Amino acid sequence: MADDATPVVRLDGVEKSFGAVHALTGVTLALAPGQCLGLVGHNGAGKSTLMNVLSGNLAPDAGRIEVGGTDLTRGYAPHVALAHGVRCVYQEGSLCPNLTVAENARISHKAISGPGWRRRARALIGGRLDEIFPGHGISSDDIVGDLSIARRQMVEIARAFAETDTPARVVILDEPTSSLDSVAAGKLLAHVRRHVEGGGACVLISHLLGEILDTADRIAVMRDGGVVALDAATAFDRGKLVAAMGSVAEAAPRETAQTAAIRDHAPVVVEASPPGPDSLALTAHRGEVVGLAGLSGQGQTELLVQIFDHRPGTVVDGEVAMVAGDRQSDGVFPLWSIAENIAIGSLRQFLSGPLLDHGRARAFAEEWRGRIGIRTPDIGNPILSLSGGNQQKALFARALGSTAAIIAMDDPMRGVDVGTKQEVYAMIRAETAKGRTFLWYTTEMDELVHCDHVYVFREGAIVADLARAEMTEERVLHASFREDA
Amino acid sequence: MSAPVSPRVLRALLPPLSLAALLIAIFWLQPRTMSYFGLNLLLNLAVPIALATIAQMFILCVNELDLSIGAFVSLVACITATWLHDAPLLGVLALAGLVAAYAGLGALIHLRNLPSIVVTLGMSFVWLGLAVLVLPTPGGAAPDYIRSLMTLKPPIVPFPIIASVVLALAVHVLLMRSAWGTVLRGAGGNPQALARAGWSILRIKMTMFALAGFFGVLSGMALVGLTTSADANIALRYTLLSIAGVILGGGEFVGGRVSPIGAVIGAVTLALAGSFLSFLRLNPDWQIGAQGAILILVLALRVLISRGEVRR
Repeated sequence: MADDATPVVRLDGVEKSFGAVHALTGVTLALAPGQCLGLVGHNGAGKSTLMNVLSGNLAPDAGRIEVGGTDLTRGYAPHVALAHGVRCVYQEGSLCPNLTVAENARISHKAISGPGWRRRARALIGGRLDEIFPGHGISSDDIVGDLSIARRQMVEIARAFAETDTPARVVILDEPTSSLDSVAAGKLLAHVRRHVEGGGACVLISHLLGEILDTADRIAVMRDGGVVALDAATAFDRGKLVAAMGSVAEAAPRETAQTAAIRDHAPVVVEASPPGPDSLALTAHRGEVVGLAGLSGQGQTELLVQIFDHRPGTVVDGEVAMVAGDRQSDGVFPLWSIAENIAIGSLRQFLSGPLLDHGRARAFAEEWRGRIGIRTPDIGNPILSLSGGNQQKALFARALGSTAAIIAMDDPMRGVDVGTKQEVYAMIRAETAKGRTFLWYTTEMDELVHCDHVYVFREGAIVADLARAEMTEERVLHASFREDA
Repeated sequence: MSAPVSPRVLRALLPPLSLAALLIAIFWLQPRTMSYFGLNLLLNLAVPIALATIAQMFILCVNELDLSIGAFVSLVACITATWLHDAPLLGVLALAGLVAAYAGLGALIHLRNLPSIVVTLGMSFVWLGLAVLVLPTPGGAAPDYIRSLMTLKPPIVPFPIIASVVLALAVHVLLMRSAWGTVLRGAGGNPQALARAGWSILRIKMTMFALAGFFGVLSGMALVGLTTSADANIALRYTLLSIAGVILGGGEFVGGRVSPIGAVIGAVTLALAGSFLSFLRLNPDWQIGAQGAILILVLALRVLISRGEVRR
């Protein structure tokens, strides 16, 4: 495209790593005024990381950030981004629930202060809400915590487009329509068009491809931390976007015959269906690796918990052990040692009378350190002394060391390096041979190759049931996105 | 919206209604308290408790907890009764240093990501030790100006009432109405949102802790003004009273939901609860337990109201 206008934002070779994971691998992207850039990609492609870099929340490891033609790379932070008119609507929401709508407007608009600030904040946010979402039914004195998620999202969007002393030059919208109904979403997208026609710029991130194709002027497709396709929106259609998002590597259908045999002969150990409408049911046979696929947060974790709890309506034949994906919040006991973290899953084995035999627990942990290859000089060290991948191995050891016949895994490979992944895949194979069953929620396409059977989730329901032989990346992606979108 | 009174309003009314109920009970038990002199006597000691409760409220507002405020107020009382009386400059410097120390604690807790309960529990022993060093045996004397302020006899309305109202309104304007206070409260509601809007959480935490230190200093000075002398253990019970006062006044432990007016009312309610139980001629051994029972009663009411809110 002709780059005669100075781009409002230019990213040049931006890189960002979290430990061994390369979230961004040299992204170069320019955004011209009067343009809406659509950004698509599968989970973990780096979209959110890129937007966090652009809004100043994450400092890039390398590369340059230019806003309005000035190099701001050094000391780029949220307040610098805001001062230069870069605004962001975050996916998970950034409002203070204990404050009113007007007070929240004040939080992100520092210019509103001094006597009469409350009146000006009300006028600012109320005016924008009226403009973008007419008939919104929100009072600027409502406490945000009392509003529905959709209305909170509207407030957050209106706040990002509101202007005080700094103009809203670039508004980044990360999945802005995920909690809006179709009418409100339509109003928002219409406003985005008005905004760019008035000379502003927008970045629109969405999983709804139709939305992107209709609204964006240009579309960038991200995969594995890099931009793999960038062109005018008219050059893409749904099929081309999906094709660009997936990696070309074909799923090697190894051992197809064998997995079919499991389905035919082995007994069913789990039968469950998520509460979503028109959902298919999930069945797992003994010795099978069942994949739970789809975009993140479509009800996979909830189903695993449902099975773990043996809730009424689910058939679960045997004990279930869970491997947490979110290590920090539901995985590790951060103040305990590695050994204690491993042994907690099977404390009953170490009872002698009413007391715990710590020697046996430690020996058990020691044995698993060897089997699973946790890299540490001393198993008595605190768990947080380990790298992320090794912490995850400890969590695997906790689950595999228990007597459970069914292992539920809640996207456990997030932020784990490739080497560790390979070791764990091998271990999963070995355990299935012993008759264990794995329920594996994963957002990484590559991991589905290791599954015997895959269920694709969308909006709280199972929408596709794919045997190993019929499982291709394209099919999974197609099922993950709504047809009408 | 068929309910005549919304649960939110009901919950906001709970603290003043409990205070009114307690006052009526006291007036009924002991009609002589219904006088200028009686009220003065009844509410005198509520002023330092209310100040300590406001201090605690600033800490709770940013999702922390201060277990050292009682020992801190004791230390301030000891300094007020000795240094501030004998060598005013040294006294003022020491008290200013204590406020700065509180700001430092806020910074430490934030930067090192330490649990505030542990840090302040540790600090409570430091404050207590310093108080013993400053004033090994009970004694000292209140500076005259504090003494005369605290024993002021304004016409018609007793001083403790005026002081409580002024305190509640001043902090209300500062924290609830001003643009600056809004940012401070926002840090309790969603610190990440504040950071993303370009505010420094470190500075907010330090500000809140410094404000807590400042009101803790005022509490200790007011206390000495009333008692005329100090003792290293004089205000140890303020720690729990202040937490209870904030919660009784409608505050929450997390989420930045606090109310300065409610906190003052809560503090006054707790102070009056002691007198009420004395008027009932309850054995002093049972008084603390009975105070706890009153607290549980009010909180149970609040839970009931909140349940109603959820159900709608």
